[in-house]
Amino acid sequence: MTPDVITVTHGVVGYDGRPVLRDVSLTVTAGEVVAVLGANGSGKSTLIRAILGLVPLSAGTVTLFGRPVRRFRQWHRVGYVPQRLGAGSGVPATVAEVVAAGRLARRGILRPPGRTDREAVAEALHAVGLADRAKDPVSTLSGGQQQRTLIARALAGRPELLILDEPTAGVDAASQEAFAGALRDFTVGGGTVLLVAHELGPLRPVIGRAIVVHQGFVAHDGAVPEPAGHHAAPDHDHVHPHGPEEPAGLWSAR
Amino acid sequence: MSLFQYEYMQLALVSALIIGLTAPALGIYLVQRRLALIGDGIGHVALTGVGAGLLFQTSPVIMAVIAATIGAVVIELIRERGRTSGDLALALLFYGGIAGGVVLVGLSDSTSSNLNAYLFGALSTASRADVATIAVLGAAVLIAMLGLRPALFAVCHDEEYARVSGLPVRALNLLLAVTTAITVTIAMRAVGVLLISALMVVPVATAQQVTRGFRSTMAAAMALGLFAGGAGIWMAALADTAPGASVVVLAIASFVVVTLLAAAWRRVRRARPQPAPAPEPHEVVLGGS
Repeated sequence: MTPDVITVTHGVVGYDGRPVLRDVSLTVTAGEVVAVLGANGSGKSTLIRAILGLVPLSAGTVTLFGRPVRRFRQWHRVGYVPQRLGAGSGVPATVAEVVAAGRLARRGILRPPGRTDREAVAEALHAVGLADRAKDPVSTLSGGQQQRTLIARALAGRPELLILDEPTAGVDAASQEAFAGALRDFTVGGGTVLLVAHELGPLRPVIGRAIVVHQGFVAHDGAVPEPAGHHAAPDHDHVHPHGPEEPAGLWSAR
Repeated sequence: MSLFQYEYMQLALVSALIIGLTAPALGIYLVQRRLALIGDGIGHVALTGVGAGLLFQTSPVIMAVIAATIGAVVIELIRERGRTSGDLALALLFYGGIAGGVVLVGLSDSTSSNLNAYLFGALSTASRADVATIAVLGAAVLIAMLGLRPALFAVCHDEEYARVSGLPVRALNLLLAVTTAITVTIAMRAVGVLLISALMVVPVATAQQVTRGFRSTMAAAMALGLFAGGAGIWMAALADTAPGASVVVLAIASFVVVTLLAAAWRRVRRARPQPAPAPEPHEVVLGGS
């Protein structure tokens, strides 16, 4: 029997008393590639934030690799790709510097980066097709290339589980292809993937199972549903406003 | 240059160089977090410590370190809660700090010139013991900022990602708050409470006009801070100007010069005919927030 990588049991999450996830249960086992689908505001992003322990559950449990997320410490086994880079017009940073942050989970904060770290960064940049941009400032990259930078950052830690929040939203076709390729390589190596998506596009063949979240409940868990309505049209321009930004704290990066 | 044969000038120069090196090394993280002016606020709080020190006849610098550290930790805890009302809490803390300082100094026997020394800096009155304190604290801050650079960069760049990487985000945030308080307090002797943020922020702003990465920005900002510190004291000795203000004026002058040069350089490069770049594939339409 393959071990469970992620389990959510009767998970409930609310912001300021307003429930976002009402009762969600799911299991992802090793080697699976699972897509979480749903409309804007359905709670799918909140679901993965709860799995990562970034938002607290008001009821239910989440486990990662068999441990409750609150007591989970082996973060080097998890690679997280957020929806977008922080606004980032602060101090310039190169693509390689951002990707190198992905090594911290493995290395710890006190050890200076060594050869293994540099090799892992170079490999991750290669995997997403950005090897030639390593020394460029991130701010000069296109939206799709910035997204690929974040994926490279997660891959650089050589995780067993990748969790991605809308990795293909508003991303150009070339970047989507590069991303699908990187994901395929990752799963061939035995990796487990949980990603939130609006539409699957070129990722469709890689996905093994889909979980549809609707109004805070799991509405479907199984085969990938066929797209319906205008979402299915090939020229459907997929640009939506996302949920309201969370209030930025005083010391926070964004 | 003969002025530098006097010990007080040598001491002033040494402290200005230490602070010139340390302040931007910390300031770069504050700029990255868009907290460029936090040093100013913590300086206000430190002033209450100075007032308490003068009133109770204990070391004003040590009291200032204590007050600034408490202030910085309180600010960090307010931030962590992420409430918008944090703004108001900060305003209370800052103005309470400066008003408290002025009242306490007034209650003590010291004169207003003593208060001025902390508001605008008084490097030429620094004793050997003061400079030793500046050197030890400055070195500690510098080691932390350089040694923990990857972790601090990760936390300031993307706090959520840092959390998911298992970094001790809270400890690192508190470390930044405390080192900010320490830097503010030692810089207070040099440039004064009112000009502290300038030394933390202006060299970083100057450096990032021409740099491409975080590491190079940090190195360039530290070099610029060192230059402003040294040249500022030299200018003060030569023209008999206020040392602290001279340091800041030079830092801002280098910002203007570098910005103009960078703009001119970009213009020259644009004017030069360039090999036609390969057409990029059509990129995305970015929507929403």
